[in-house]
Amino acid sequence: MKILSNKIGIFAATAVLAVYVASLMHAESQLTVGILSVLFGSAWFIGDKTGASQMLDKGIKENGRFSSTMFLAAIIGVAIYLHDDHFNLLMLTTVMVFVIACLGLNIQFGYNGLLNFAGAAFFGAGGYTAAVLTQNTQIPHLLILLIGGIVAILIGFILILPVLRTRGHYAAVVTIAFSLLFRTLVEVSPALGGAQGSAVKGLNILGWEFNKNIDIAGLDISFYMNYFVLALILLLIAIAFSKAIERSWIGLNFDTVRLDETAAACFGVNIKRWKITAFAMGNFILGLIGAFYAMMLGFIAPNNFTFGDSLIMVSIILLGGIGSIPGIILASAIVIILPEKLQGIQEYRFLIFAVGVILILLFRPNGLIKRKMRQFPKTKAQGE
Amino acid sequence: MDGSRMDLALFSQYIVNGLMQGMVYALVAVGFTLFFGVLDIIKFSHGDVLTVGAFSGLTAYLALSGMGLSNPVVLLLLVIIFALSVTALLGMVVAKLLIIPLKQARAPALNILLITLMLGTVLRETVRLFFPNGSSSKAFPTLLPTGGIDIGSFSLRIDSVMLFVAGALIIVGTHFLITKTKLGLAIQAVAQDEETSKLMGINFDSIVLITFALGSGIAAIAGIMNGLYYNEINFSMGLLLGAVGFSAAIIGGLGNLYGAILGGFLFAGLQTFAVVALPIPTAYKDVFAFAVVIILIAWRPTGLIAEKYSERV
Repeated sequence: MKILSNKIGIFAATAVLAVYVASLMHAESQLTVGILSVLFGSAWFIGDKTGASQMLDKGIKENGRFSSTMFLAAIIGVAIYLHDDHFNLLMLTTVMVFVIACLGLNIQFGYNGLLNFAGAAFFGAGGYTAAVLTQNTQIPHLLILLIGGIVAILIGFILILPVLRTRGHYAAVVTIAFSLLFRTLVEVSPALGGAQGSAVKGLNILGWEFNKNIDIAGLDISFYMNYFVLALILLLIAIAFSKAIERSWIGLNFDTVRLDETAAACFGVNIKRWKITAFAMGNFILGLIGAFYAMMLGFIAPNNFTFGDSLIMVSIILLGGIGSIPGIILASAIVIILPEKLQGIQEYRFLIFAVGVILILLFRPNGLIKRKMRQFPKTKAQGE
Repeated sequence: MDGSRMDLALFSQYIVNGLMQGMVYALVAVGFTLFFGVLDIIKFSHGDVLTVGAFSGLTAYLALSGMGLSNPVVLLLLVIIFALSVTALLGMVVAKLLIIPLKQARAPALNILLITLMLGTVLRETVRLFFPNGSSSKAFPTLLPTGGIDIGSFSLRIDSVMLFVAGALIIVGTHFLITKTKLGLAIQAVAQDEETSKLMGINFDSIVLITFALGSGIAAIAGIMNGLYYNEINFSMGLLLGAVGFSAAIIGGLGNLYGAILGGFLFAGLQTFAVVALPIPTAYKDVFAFAVVIILIAWRPTGLIAEKYSERV
């Protein structure tokens, strides 16, 4: 068991993970998918009960950089294995898109306690920005990604007054109303394509066409590999950004606002400033990755950005464990891949998914992987 | 053609429509407010309980008319009783198995919110999957008299009047129950302070169960009203009605029966206003109504009939 807490153990664990993900994505028959899902669940359960998970956890903590590198290598390995498989690469990239979107939401909600039920609306704001700009202008596409984020911030500012003034359940209604409003708005406005949706041009960066298959030395590589690589880069930036925020004085301020607004205000923390900062940061990430997602899909419709999709984002964060980055990655993978793979029980997948979420929240109220909070050095006064 | 008289008829039709919608919204909002009152929770599956109510009403109708029953009064009565029992039971089961244990375990409010949201999905999907051909819209039977009273060029449908009166009676009845009866007093006591109410000899669990049965039953009535008025129901009808009912309860002021009624009619009023008076396409009525909801909540952060509370550190 001890081996799990050193580098060999971590290497073995990530290798197993990579093989597992690759075989899950490759699995065609429903029986295999079913067996693999059950396998994951039981491995998780056994790991928890025997203390193997805790060992691995400790190892990952001690060898942080090594573990991250191994995990990165595992993702790249899976992508290389799936290099000519359009569908699975798209799915892998979609998982990463949702991880990034939820990282944005996580800054608002996980760090700052600002609940946003309109995640899909800000995501969609970026997407529609991309649709309008790629079709009508020649603005470089990387810039469009940034503009998508900025548009999401600006739309967020419309909501800032009610968001700042309300608390708890009253705050929830602001974003819920906005989420429903946004969907209806894009559905009925002819300029944005109405209910039929709108086409979006594929990414093109410095002349590199993202929508062309790649052919290196006779090896056929799916064009989704382009998107995968860019999404991976964006993901690494988003994680680095989230971690930097979390560890910095900004994160400290966020935490105080989340834990107790009134107490924080008494100690001179400017609540409004930090709420606005978190809201803007999160919306920027959501809008940016929304623009990316729209360009990857090549087509967007109001149905991509419903209240239900916002709820999926919130449930990813709760399932993973509020504020926990590894949790978000795991939960996104489960939430995106499982329903896709369970096509055999396609009709029942939402039912199963909903029941699954209820069960996880009942038995693991803190989510799958709990957030590691900042640990201040204990002083002698605290009785060490 | 006399244009202005036509417009008046159309205008009155919009008003009647708006009043009916307002009644349905208010009934849904009353449920949200009741649950919030006793347990301080938002039960997001409430809209889908409405769907379950409407569909169990339809099931009862199909079964009974299959058995040869054709008297509309008896049919309607049995349909309502069946739908009420199903949803009341559902409400109690959910409260007993899910919500009370969660509250006792001091689960975060957010978890409860997400669990009830997912429960709503479970209910919705169950209706879609297990009701025969449940994913398409279902015709709801006409059980009320179909005639109309002619007032000038405008014809007022008798069934609308009956539905509206029925809805008003239910709200008045609920209000009477809460304010004037011993049971209502117990519900109010639980809403005010759980611990103290227990000390006063109130059975907390059974009061919560009764409240959930009551709120869910009202949702079933709202579902059947919706079905009778539009003659059509579908599995996802509860989603928007739930969201609107929740918004109505919030802008009215949570935990306040008057607030819920005010919020419900206000929302329908905004939708009607957008259709009748604003120079924008009809499809934008929800956009307008939700935008006003956001503005109202910015103006009165704890609802129009404000909650009285003070900060405690």
